[in-house]
Amino acid sequence: MLTQFIDGMYIVAGVLFILSLAGLSKQTTSRVGNIAGMVGMVLALAAVIAASVTTSWVANQAGSPTRLPWMITLGLILAVLVIGAAIGTPIARKVEMTQMPELIAIFHSFVGMAAVLVGFNSFAVPGEGAGGTVHLVEVALGVLIGAYTFTGSVVAYLKLSAKMSSAPLTLPGRNLLNLAGFAIFVALMVSFTMFGTGEHHAPTMLGWGLIIGIAAIGFLLGYHMVAAIGGGDMPVVVSMLNSYSGWAAAAAGFMLNNNLLIITGSLVGSSGAILSYIMCRAMNRSFISVILGGFGVDGGTVAASSDEQGEHREIDAAGAADMLLNAKSVVITPGYGMAVAKAQYPVAEITSQLRAKGINVRFGVHPVAGRLPGHMNVLLAEANVPYDIVLEMDEINEDFPETDVVLVIGANDTVNPAALDDPGSPIAGMPVLEVWKAENVIVFKRSMATGYAGVQNPLFFKENTQMLFGDAKQRVEDILKALD
Amino acid sequence: MQIGIPLETLKGETRVAATPKTVAQLIKLGHSVIVEAGAGAKSSYPDAEFEAAGAVIGDRAQSWAAPVVAKINPPNAREINQLAKGTTLISLIAPGRSPELVEKLTKRGLTVMAMDAVPRISRAQALDVLSSMANIAGYRAVIEAANEFGSFFTGQVTAAGKVPPAKVFVSGAGVAGLAAVGTAKSLGAIVRATDLRAEVAEQVQSMGGEFVAVQAEQQKSSDGYAKEASDAYKEAAAQLYADQCKDVDIIITTALIPGKPAPRLITAEMVATMKPGSVIVDMAASNGGNVEGSVADKMVVTENGVKIIGYTDLPGRLPTQASQLYGTNVVNLFKLLTPNKDGEVNLDFDDVVIRGMTVCKDGDLMWPPPPVQVSAAAPAAAVAVVPVEEPAVKAAREAAEAKAKGRRQLLTSVIAAILVILAVTFSPASFVGAFTVFALAVIVGFYVISGVAHSLHTPLMAQTNAISGIILVGAVLQLGSTDLAVLIMSFIAAAIASINIFGGFLVSYRMLSMFKKGA
Repeated sequence: MLTQFIDGMYIVAGVLFILSLAGLSKQTTSRVGNIAGMVGMVLALAAVIAASVTTSWVANQAGSPTRLPWMITLGLILAVLVIGAAIGTPIARKVEMTQMPELIAIFHSFVGMAAVLVGFNSFAVPGEGAGGTVHLVEVALGVLIGAYTFTGSVVAYLKLSAKMSSAPLTLPGRNLLNLAGFAIFVALMVSFTMFGTGEHHAPTMLGWGLIIGIAAIGFLLGYHMVAAIGGGDMPVVVSMLNSYSGWAAAAAGFMLNNNLLIITGSLVGSSGAILSYIMCRAMNRSFISVILGGFGVDGGTVAASSDEQGEHREIDAAGAADMLLNAKSVVITPGYGMAVAKAQYPVAEITSQLRAKGINVRFGVHPVAGRLPGHMNVLLAEANVPYDIVLEMDEINEDFPETDVVLVIGANDTVNPAALDDPGSPIAGMPVLEVWKAENVIVFKRSMATGYAGVQNPLFFKENTQMLFGDAKQRVEDILKALD
Repeated sequence: MQIGIPLETLKGETRVAATPKTVAQLIKLGHSVIVEAGAGAKSSYPDAEFEAAGAVIGDRAQSWAAPVVAKINPPNAREINQLAKGTTLISLIAPGRSPELVEKLTKRGLTVMAMDAVPRISRAQALDVLSSMANIAGYRAVIEAANEFGSFFTGQVTAAGKVPPAKVFVSGAGVAGLAAVGTAKSLGAIVRATDLRAEVAEQVQSMGGEFVAVQAEQQKSSDGYAKEASDAYKEAAAQLYADQCKDVDIIITTALIPGKPAPRLITAEMVATMKPGSVIVDMAASNGGNVEGSVADKMVVTENGVKIIGYTDLPGRLPTQASQLYGTNVVNLFKLLTPNKDGEVNLDFDDVVIRGMTVCKDGDLMWPPPPVQVSAAAPAAAVAVVPVEEPAVKAAREAAEAKAKGRRQLLTSVIAAILVILAVTFSPASFVGAFTVFALAVIVGFYVISGVAHSLHTPLMAQTNAISGIILVGAVLQLGSTDLAVLIMSFIAAAIASINIFGGFLVSYRMLSMFKKGA
């Protein structure tokens, strides 16, 4: 009866997780979704603690030596939760919104590592009825995906936090290397299923060697594939790793024959996959080439063709303020540069001042602005910009012709007209914010350097574009002063 | 420096080179301004207003004696003699077309800047008189046409019957053409326009017009101006004009080629096919005309009752507006000439705009200036020859491609389904149950996430992060093991997974509480 009770709890938890993700699809229901996820997690934890402790208790009663005394089991579980709360809570409280991409990347690596360890354990002590070829395949896959997710996420974390160069690593024959890595994995997995276990599914020494080899291949592949991806493509990478961390959890569910893990893992896995798909479409890249890794390499080699395309005009903060005050409709298109300069607060201040004067101020956010899907929205929300004036690219693109002033703050490739005009451009075909259709465009920029894609931006040389050079935050504050 | 603004003496001229508003701006740059009495009378700027703006009102001699003289029309012989040696003259000159005038001015020892020789680069737009006047002329051309046209421009349904909208055809989508398109559209007409530069189609559409392309090889402009067309093109264009003449009520032609006579676009035969009462405005009449039979400065009525307007003073017919725009162009030139706002005129020949406008300096001939590449022009490499596909062929090809793609997808799905069935058939029972759950959960995940708002992607990721901490379940189940290695590994796994759970949920919660709706 206890087993059924626990399964029942798992089902309810699984449903709550589904509802949680469904709730997160809209602003109005998002908080309920968040709470649903927490409740689901509490139920799942209660069930699994009960399961683990009773397993120990039953074993203790029967005098079996395979389990620790149930009190110690319970103590260990509580200790684990205390550790998690003690580390996780302060991180969640203190993390800067600009550092969300790093945080999410490092969290993915935890799931990956946990999946590797769970895989090892499942190999060492196969559960009831487990064992056999299918189980070994599951273990091999789970360990591979977990290891891949771990190093991939760590590299993504290092790149995002600028502790490692964000330039793509390009080894000669890198696709062959990946292919070879995968071939070695298949060979290892086949030998693992043949020689991994001896009598009564007990692991052999050779089996341990093989599974550690599989983990090593996973670690290398994860490192190599993500290292080969340029910093500008990080939104796709992070959501892709999100997907992999889900698949790792699902693989663990297969090994342990645990439906809750399978449900949750595949939910997360498919959600991450869809997010990456949305990102890819926003950047007009092939989904397959991203899933297989090694993406963004072509973009890194084109910087050579970025020659000057004409003259640009400059404006000062006072002039920009003047222009804003005379406008009826203003659109602000933020990019990663705004996050780097932490300019979201003065930008929000300008927004509220202009809105108080009856000027229609809105934000246009490109799907891949920032280093994480939805990164800009979170930053603007943090600075108290109401979410109903923050619009998506498709919502705002039609309105540019009626817009008096567009402020481009720290964005470059996402507002590049070459994506539409120049079929030879590396970003050709990528949908962009068509800011140049507005009456006036003011571009905040540190210098005339090119964006992440290494492509020169003809926007800067358009007749209605004025450049405002300098640190974005400093310049925005200057405008704020001039507005008073 | 003192700037003299004389009264324009050319017959029919109504404009003036400065207005009270621009006088104030010139004074801000450190200059003083002397305006000839009555200079602004025809454009509704009385002397009193000039005085109020800070100008001095003087007589003719005083205004011509200023060290800098700004005016509109080129000076006549008498006026040139009035100018002292070393004076700077700012005016329309047309240096390319009037070598004698240039010679005279140079001999006189003057410094001359031609307002109509502004290089066509983005930065110089603010002082481009040709653009500002063309804009006015395009507007006025439509107004003149409407004045002579016997019907409404806009379509109406009235108790007295239905009125069809007028059809307007604009040839040449430069500044004047676009202004005409916009004006005619705002009066309610159906507007079509053509140009030999195919890249202006978008601009025509942005003004509310329909772009009619000539079905022949197109040309690209490398200096911002239109060029003369090839023979094949001319034939196709003639056909287009002939067709349009039979259909439309109003034609406005704006085709000008710098330094050459205006191209003949519409022949007498084409005019003969037009409906009686139709109006043609030939904005190129002063350069020979785009329309056969047009006469400069006159309106001609043809035998079949078509009115051909050849007025060349279209900007002057809106004198107040034209003076204001011309005056602002002049102010923008002075902004370049006096960068320090100290009232000193400084000819910086490193500036291509100033160099391009300077016809002569202190009696030395400076014309023609070195050529300037226009920034607006696309690099030549972009003009790769793209084979033009017939729309019907293209549609058929696309349909075939879509069909092939659909077939491929179906095939892939069938193979995938067979593989899944085979895999499940040969696997143990426990796996089948797990696999069923897996397949369903993937599909549920797909549908749940497809609808997520873009702005919520980051909180969503944090949430899925927390949820994937569920791998804790796997670790906790193994946590009671007496095998020390297993115990340590599961302890570590459970600990890091629980960091995920706590951190992920809380950070997601924190982000979601920041999203607020505006008042």
